Amino acid sequence: MADRPKLYLLLAVVAALIASHVLSGGAEPQIPALNPYYYDVLIGIGINIILAVGLNLVNGYTGQFSLGHAGFMAAGAYASSWLTLSYGYAMGTSGLATTTAFLLALLAGGAVAALAGLIVGVPSLRLKGDYLAIVTLGFNEIIKGVIQNCDRLGAQRGLGGMVQHTTFFWTFAFAAITVYVVVNLVNSTYGRGFLAVRDDEIAAEAMGINTTKYKVLAFVLGAFFAGIAGGLYAHFKQFIHPEGFNFMKSVDVVVMVILGGMGSTAGVCFAAVLLTILPEVLRYVSRIEALPEWLRHVAENRMIIYSLLLIILMITRPQGLFGAVNLKKKKA
Amino acid sequence: MGDKLLELLQQVVNGLSQGSIYALIALGYTMVFGVLRFINFAHGDVYMLGAFVGFYLGPKTLKLFGDGPSYPGAAAVLLLSMALCAIIGIVIEKICYRPLRERPKLTVLITAIGVSLFLENGGQFVFGADPKSFPDVITDRALEIPASWGKISGLTITISQVLVFGVTLVLMFVLSHIVRKTKLGMAMRALSFNPVAAQLMGINVDVVISFTFGLGSALAGAAGILTSIQQPSIDPLMGINAGLKAFVAAVLGGIGNLQGAVLGGLLIGVLEAIVVGYVDPTYRDPIVFGVLILILLVKPTGLLGASEREKV
Repeated sequence: MADRPKLYLLLAVVAALIASHVLSGGAEPQIPALNPYYYDVLIGIGINIILAVGLNLVNGYTGQFSLGHAGFMAAGAYASSWLTLSYGYAMGTSGLATTTAFLLALLAGGAVAALAGLIVGVPSLRLKGDYLAIVTLGFNEIIKGVIQNCDRLGAQRGLGGMVQHTTFFWTFAFAAITVYVVVNLVNSTYGRGFLAVRDDEIAAEAMGINTTKYKVLAFVLGAFFAGIAGGLYAHFKQFIHPEGFNFMKSVDVVVMVILGGMGSTAGVCFAAVLLTILPEVLRYVSRIEALPEWLRHVAENRMIIYSLLLIILMITRPQGLFGAVNLKKKKA
Repeated sequence: MGDKLLELLQQVVNGLSQGSIYALIALGYTMVFGVLRFINFAHGDVYMLGAFVGFYLGPKTLKLFGDGPSYPGAAAVLLLSMALCAIIGIVIEKICYRPLRERPKLTVLITAIGVSLFLENGGQFVFGADPKSFPDVITDRALEIPASWGKISGLTITISQVLVFGVTLVLMFVLSHIVRKTKLGMAMRALSFNPVAAQLMGINVDVVISFTFGLGSALAGAAGILTSIQQPSIDPLMGINAGLKAFVAAVLGGIGNLQGAVLGGLLIGVLEAIVVGYVDPTYRDPIVFGVLILILLVKPTGLLGASEREKV
């Protein structure tokens, strides 16, 4: 087991470095050799990997069910954007100082999201399953509601004007760090703690495991990565809106985790890639005029396909594509 | 009576009629939780389907009772929607939840979210995403309160508000009779008390669970029609918000407890009306969810719920 995390890291970092250097020759905001549309999808893949791998720590490894990941993403996106917008005049648009400031803003966004995760993690000590799902969903709505009522953050108008600091390199560097941290964590003593909480909380507690600590830690870390992803997203799209971080966005990430298999980082990464490309493929399919009208309509609405996917997966293969969790057996 | 008190009273009246809708939906959540110990996320969307049954079949049903809006016609639309929603509820349970009955709760929860998303997006696909205007099944107007009643005559109470509240009360009494006095109701209570023992006593669990889903979905269908009488604009996503609020109501009252669901529904309705009237409409949803989180932190069993110990 000891070599696997290093392998993951090596693969991810090498891929990120080679790709970014070959394609752009540095930290340029755009890769000239690449069609902007493909570039957009690629960055989307990186951001979704960060989101899904972070959520997998909560939903997959620790067995809690969070439905509010988009709320943490919003916290990070708004916090980092607010920072770069407020202090951006001193930063310029390129150079070492700018990059440092951008990274600091990202980390600060992650920290704000982690704080939000701490606030959600605390009620999770008393709640499980359905209740926890609803409470995290409620927190998502509350975070959204606060942003909608905060004029400094653009309220209902959305927030724009950020400089495009997010590059291919930074997106995949953070994706690699996320994968590395999560894989290493899960294979450490801490990881056994997470798994113990998931498999049987009462037994874990009886064995002297501090279940509170592990649950809160999972939430805080998951939220931190979501905050980073939010910051990257905000500084890529250069415009964020509260409605972009709604319940549906949370469901997107949950579907990635479930399809990939709860508790399988490789599976979740795969699902994140697949489900980022799928809407684009569907958009393409919906434009093929030879297809019947209804099929094109279904292709336009990816959520119909996602929802059917969820139901069919749960009935036929609840462990997901690569899942390790044994959801077929009933717990005693 | 001062003007301020009158204004407050007006908010309470508005809140009670919205709260009755929440109460009807919350009853379905609480009943299903009682027998299966899981939250049927798709319940709010059955309420949406109820409204659309009224939208598509309402005008034809009304014609059977003469031209234009009429009370017998409205009653027929209500019953039709309840019946169809009951069938929909039973079918959903049969196809999606029954195969998973022996599986961990997380699996069922994810499936329920899937069913909910499917109904919402399938609804957008079939009905169209734009809001539709619900046909007039009754002629709505403000009731005239005699001036001799003093300041109260300044209140605006519409016929639809009275109707919604009245129909909700009647349905609750019917439900309470079914649960307390009929054999199936007794079986439902037995199942929620101890599923294994109930089965050993010869109760057909499948029938009782189907019946519970049917009953809950019928109430959601009724809520769909009643809400459309008040606010005649319906769309395929109307069930998300109403479903969440009703869920909060069920938890507030103590999930699994029928009286609690009604109490919680009315309280949430009044709370919302007061927030909208005195604070700011945009704070309505965050405050309701804040209440939910507060309750779960302080008293997870809700106002009327009994605590349940987890057996090892």
